[in-house]
Amino acid sequence: MSWRHLRGLALLLAGPVAAGGALAATLKATLLLPADDARLERSRLERAYLGHPGGPASDGLQVALDEGRFELEAVQAEVALATQPAATLEAAKAAAIAAEKGGAAVLLTDLPADWTLAVADAVKLPVLNLGEPSDRLRGADCRARLFHILPSERMRSDALAQTLVARKWSKLLLLTGPSPLDAERAATASASIKRYGLQVVASKPFKLSADPRERELANPLLLTAGASYDAVWVVDSDGEFARSLPYRTVLPRPVVGDAGLVPLAWHAQFERFGAPQVSRRFAKAFKRPMTAQDWAAWMAGKALVGAAVAAPKGPAAAWAKALASTPIDGSKGTQMSFRAWDGQLRQPMLLSDGQGVIAQAPVEGILHPSNVLDTLGADAPEKSCKATR
Amino acid sequence: MDQRSMRAAMFGLACAAAAGFAQAQGTAWVSSEKDDALTLIDTATLTVKGTVPTCKRGRHIQRLPDGKLMVACTDSNAADVIDPATAKSVRRIPLGEEPEAFDISPDGKTIYVSNEDEAEASFIDAATGRKLKSIKVGEEPEGVKVSADGKTLYVTSEVASLVHVIDVASAKVVRNVKVGKRPRRMAITPDGKELWVTNELDASVTIVSTADHSVAGTIRFEVKGARAEDITPVGITMTRDGKRAFIGLGKANHVAFVDVAARKVGELVLVGKRAWNVTLDKAEARLWVVNGLSDDVTVVDVAGAKAIKSIPVGRVPYGVVVVE
Repeated sequence: MSWRHLRGLALLLAGPVAAGGALAATLKATLLLPADDARLERSRLERAYLGHPGGPASDGLQVALDEGRFELEAVQAEVALATQPAATLEAAKAAAIAAEKGGAAVLLTDLPADWTLAVADAVKLPVLNLGEPSDRLRGADCRARLFHILPSERMRSDALAQTLVARKWSKLLLLTGPSPLDAERAATASASIKRYGLQVVASKPFKLSADPRERELANPLLLTAGASYDAVWVVDSDGEFARSLPYRTVLPRPVVGDAGLVPLAWHAQFERFGAPQVSRRFAKAFKRPMTAQDWAAWMAGKALVGAAVAAPKGPAAAWAKALASTPIDGSKGTQMSFRAWDGQLRQPMLLSDGQGVIAQAPVEGILHPSNVLDTLGADAPEKSCKATR
Repeated sequence: MDQRSMRAAMFGLACAAAAGFAQAQGTAWVSSEKDDALTLIDTATLTVKGTVPTCKRGRHIQRLPDGKLMVACTDSNAADVIDPATAKSVRRIPLGEEPEAFDISPDGKTIYVSNEDEAEASFIDAATGRKLKSIKVGEEPEGVKVSADGKTLYVTSEVASLVHVIDVASAKVVRNVKVGKRPRRMAITPDGKELWVTNELDASVTIVSTADHSVAGTIRFEVKGARAEDITPVGITMTRDGKRAFIGLGKANHVAFVDVAARKVGELVLVGKRAWNVTLDKAEARLWVVNGLSDDVTVVDVAGAKAIKSIPVGRVPYGVVVVE
């Protein structure tokens, strides 16, 4: 494991930092990643489906830590990041325990939901979940020290539902893919549809197939016939079917969800609030457009820098407290903070067709008694997370 | 600009000049990010009297000590210098990569500029356009302000939430002052004792003592009906006597009048969407406010603390200068 020191290597080599308690401590963080990440196989990356990751989480983190250097230096603080791949749930758990023993103050994960939980339960450290959007991590399976930067599935579907309300596209045809994840995400979409008073006029399963006997399930024209709707909401976690659905519907109606208009945490074409500079820094460093997952990783780096700046001398408890409570600037026009009830980062969402950013959510006119960002995702009164923070 | 389009632009200018541009008295010059042109407003009638083509993505606009106008163009990596008397571009000055905001040394010889993508503050020789020095600063540097004696330069970094204090003589950062989140623009009180810094994501202004660079105070803004996260201060200007400051409150769609000595917020005036940069006319009777999200400029009567008129300008307007 190699620590990447961000400040004052010479100073460290000279020794006084370790000796004198008065000087700043180093906030050590460990990023846990899947060893062989199926999401990052070349064939998948080349598809570049909207909403899917575009590369490893370490990329975004590195950009954030590089740009945090000045801020850290100003208070003589340091952040050191180590990356640890894990092949199995057990390996991830073991790596988490080893990182804690090795002095890590924060763990970052870009792991499947069950692995994330195993890691969170194995240590007494704050864990930042960068890339797993499943709602159960914010609900039934939430943990007191588990924080989430990527928007939950519910936040995404709420953002889309708000946009449909704003457009008055209230009658929906819901198409759902065959995987268990599709079923789960369709249920989440239905919850958002209900929350915002939209109506599902027809709901059908789809399947990728060229078998003429399965054409009712596979042919876009047949799937989109027989009902009158304002938009087609497609739930396709894989992405291949959804990609080819726009312009192939029997009625001339827009496709939304996993193709067409897609709710995202970030898009490289976002033009406001200094976003182009962020996307440009990322593209310059890694020669690819910055995706929503990259933004989440970058924000995790910003959160680490923010915690180190808020508590330059530590100790770990002070960092943990600062991490949970220090608002972060994510170049989306407003400060963002973690929700006290489920550890989710509240944030504006972007709606993109892949070419640009068409809309932002919360949409204008949607109100909330305390913070309009809490109209996206599980709100406090829902009490879906029972863990106390 | 290639020669042909330059000639076309010159022709346009000549025509415009013939049509009555020649008298520059009482003109507000507005830069906008998506037009590659400046919009000219007659300050007497408060109507648009024309546009002047300029470099690409014009942002910060200021007057030079010799009375000429200078606009920094982020996408042209240069500034356009315009003679307000003729409304003609007199020269281009290279400003390095992606210049955003700038200031000029009191003797007019050096231009200090923030290069946002390179995270640098550059010193440019105003006469030759040669880059004299560049200094690494925090990411997304924005506001640039030089002290009245020309010895100290202040540059904000939006990402690092710092004001970099740069010693001009040695071209070194001598101090990093922690201010609020996303610091943007600055104003120095006429007595030179205080540096006021707007914090876009903190709904506040940080007051830095220029003597020891300590934070001397913070002014928080509150607007009825707006939540703190919607109050995003950017533009700031002060009266010549240093008694009042005017701050554009961004998404709160208001400008704030602030009593400088008391550090108290007084009147709040409703203007357009995302009230951004602000400037006063010579008599300090009217405040000109650029509204970045409603593509217009609002003229505010200072004594009455009331908007007089909003005038449509170019797309994504950025800055304004009043030439009288």
